[in-house]
Amino acid sequence: MAKLLISNNIRRLRFNHGEITQQQLADRVEVSRQTIIAIEKGNYAPSLELAFRLALVFEVSLEAVFFVEKSTP
Amino acid sequence: MSYQEKRNLVNLISAVLITTVYSVLMSQRYPQSDPYSREVFQFWGAFFLILIPVSIIARIVIYIIFHILNYIATREEDAPITDERDDLIELRAGRFSRYVFWIGVMLAMGSLVMELSPATMFIILICTGVVSEIVSEVSQIYFYRRGF
Repeated sequence: MAKLLISNNIRRLRFNHGEITQQQLADRVEVSRQTIIAIEKGNYAPSLELAFRLALVFEVSLEAVFFVEKSTP
Repeated sequence: MSYQEKRNLVNLISAVLITTVYSVLMSQRYPQSDPYSREVFQFWGAFFLILIPVSIIARIVIYIIFHILNYIATREEDAPITDERDDLIELRAGRFSRYVFWIGVMLAMGSLVMELSPATMFIILICTGVVSEIVSEVSQIYFYRRGF
């Protein structure tokens, strides 16, 4: 099965939401700052629940936060 | 270096340090009698039973010292919350650790099959415990650094 490369717009969304810091976002979704850093870098694919929590903080749809960049065979 | 990585490093050092110091101290009490005697098996029984509370107490003390030093260095009072990523990393590292532990148990049993002394078997078990813990902590540091 091809592996999906999931990317995200969190950095841009943080900027659009008053340049909230990674720590502030981490506090809002109740994870550590390290987890936000890992998600932003694309090093960690969050659970569906955390993905929805992030979308709720930014008041956008899930697809506006996460998207599939490409799939590798 | 993140708090989690520092914590793993402290766990790694304390695991090696506690077991080494404890083993050195206890080896001085090793009975100089027949390797299959009752005294030798009592010694090994006591070795493992005493190691557990000693290890727990030493780790609590080391963790308190680590927390104080970390506060002095970073001025962060509270440890970061543990989230889903921490749990996943711990689970994956635990899996590697279990593989190593089972290999060690097999080696220990193999030593008995090869008619080596019971002391060899117990020493392999102790080393297995330490190595599996090292693998767990190193794996966690690796996953925190590389991403997960």
